[in-house]
Amino acid sequence: MNIIEPLVKIALILLINLTTVAYLVYTERRVSAFIQNRVGPNRVGPMGLLQPVADIVKLFFKEDIVPTAANKFVHSLAPLISLIVALSTFAVIPFGNTIHLFGRDIKLMIADVNVGLLYLLALSSLGVYGITLSGWSSNNKYSLLGGLRSSAQMISYELSMGLSIIGVLMIAGSLQLDKIVVHQGNYLGGFLPAWNIFLQPLGFITFVVAYFAETNRLPFDLPEAEPELVGGYHTEYSGMKFGLFFLAEYANMITASAVITTLYLGGWQFPFIENFGFSPLAVSLLQVAAFGVKVALVLLFFIIVRWTIPRFRYDQLMNLGWKVMLPLAVLNIIITGFFILV
Amino acid sequence: MLTDFGRILIFLLIGVIFTAGGLIASWLLRPRRPYPEKLSTYECGEEPVGGSWVRLNVRFYVVALIFLIFDVEVVVLFPWAVVFKNSGMLAFLEMAVFLAILAVGFVYVWVKGDLDWDKPSPRLPVYVKGKGIISEEMERTEEKEYVSV
Repeated sequence: MNIIEPLVKIALILLINLTTVAYLVYTERRVSAFIQNRVGPNRVGPMGLLQPVADIVKLFFKEDIVPTAANKFVHSLAPLISLIVALSTFAVIPFGNTIHLFGRDIKLMIADVNVGLLYLLALSSLGVYGITLSGWSSNNKYSLLGGLRSSAQMISYELSMGLSIIGVLMIAGSLQLDKIVVHQGNYLGGFLPAWNIFLQPLGFITFVVAYFAETNRLPFDLPEAEPELVGGYHTEYSGMKFGLFFLAEYANMITASAVITTLYLGGWQFPFIENFGFSPLAVSLLQVAAFGVKVALVLLFFIIVRWTIPRFRYDQLMNLGWKVMLPLAVLNIIITGFFILV
Repeated sequence: MLTDFGRILIFLLIGVIFTAGGLIASWLLRPRRPYPEKLSTYECGEEPVGGSWVRLNVRFYVVALIFLIFDVEVVVLFPWAVVFKNSGMLAFLEMAVFLAILAVGFVYVWVKGDLDWDKPSPRLPVYVKGKGIISEEMERTEEKEYVSV
């Protein structure tokens, strides 16, 4: 009995996560089409809604080409690392309050570990291995450059990311993600929800920018800059292995949105819901819905940013990371500490 | 009794099974028609020139080294931040001193120019009244013409 509950939760999360990944790709193609005054995929199924299914089936039937010059073992290992890391970050994200269902209290997160935030940082920094190894193992100049750029970029921005989180930690006083969310359930001055975005505006900006760089999304997609590097680290990948990289990129986006929501946008908190007089079950369900809506909005923000902002040059990227983001993140810590003490 | 990290392990295992399952399924389904040209390294349709496992720009190593130092700093900051609320002014000042020492190192690296990356310095053509658009290339060809005449 004790093992069934986590298994059900894990299965549900994986299922929801992967469906969201598939439809995120579809949404991105549609939104980008609308932004560029095109139509986008609209042939497969009603409004093109079955396009992701068609894409996945196509990927399964594509030949897998591994160049003779490549290191075959690492070449196959890299996409696996990328996707597993991208998926497993979700294990510590709380997507709802404790819910009372079938006569028992169920906590709506897979593992409520007391070092949740450290686990999250550790795994998201593992993601760099997938990209770097794929770049090196392909034995292709473009891939190598993409992998190198990506490793330098990700470690540079990881610092700002870690430092931005410190501000949240100082306020919440815990590494447990659930406690951080609960802490955001208060109200500032009785009307403004105490989300960390209002308490830590500077930290929020540095964190979001750094996470954009971590997920290799535009304007930070130097590792796969198409005009100069063809495809970057996945130039030599085809078929399902390419598909895994593709899934990993979008799974990372979802994780990023969930983390941003949890740390800065109040997680599953639904402001003022206790004043409406819903039953406890309805409140719990609405909180899960609130979490979903917040994550969806952040995802939409990711997509819109990608299609409206041009790519950085590499020296601009490194300048921003080291000379702007890092001092700003440290400044945020000092400001936060000052305000807590005063 | 399953601990929280046990659940994470199960999650990881299911993730591995799922991803490996995808690869195995596609391995069963996909066609295999390789030939040497198809398996050659991609280089814009040309024969690849030399290998790709070459020496890299030293800046990447420098960045990695600076990262190591600052990452240790972040790790030190984590436990400090968790207990910060209860430890008051002294903890704040201690951390300020720690950050100041690191800042000195950071400023040193910055001034030394290790954070500067090569910038492109494009020479853009300029418009001069009466002469039209002048670019460096055109100036050079003009010079040549004078010499030849």
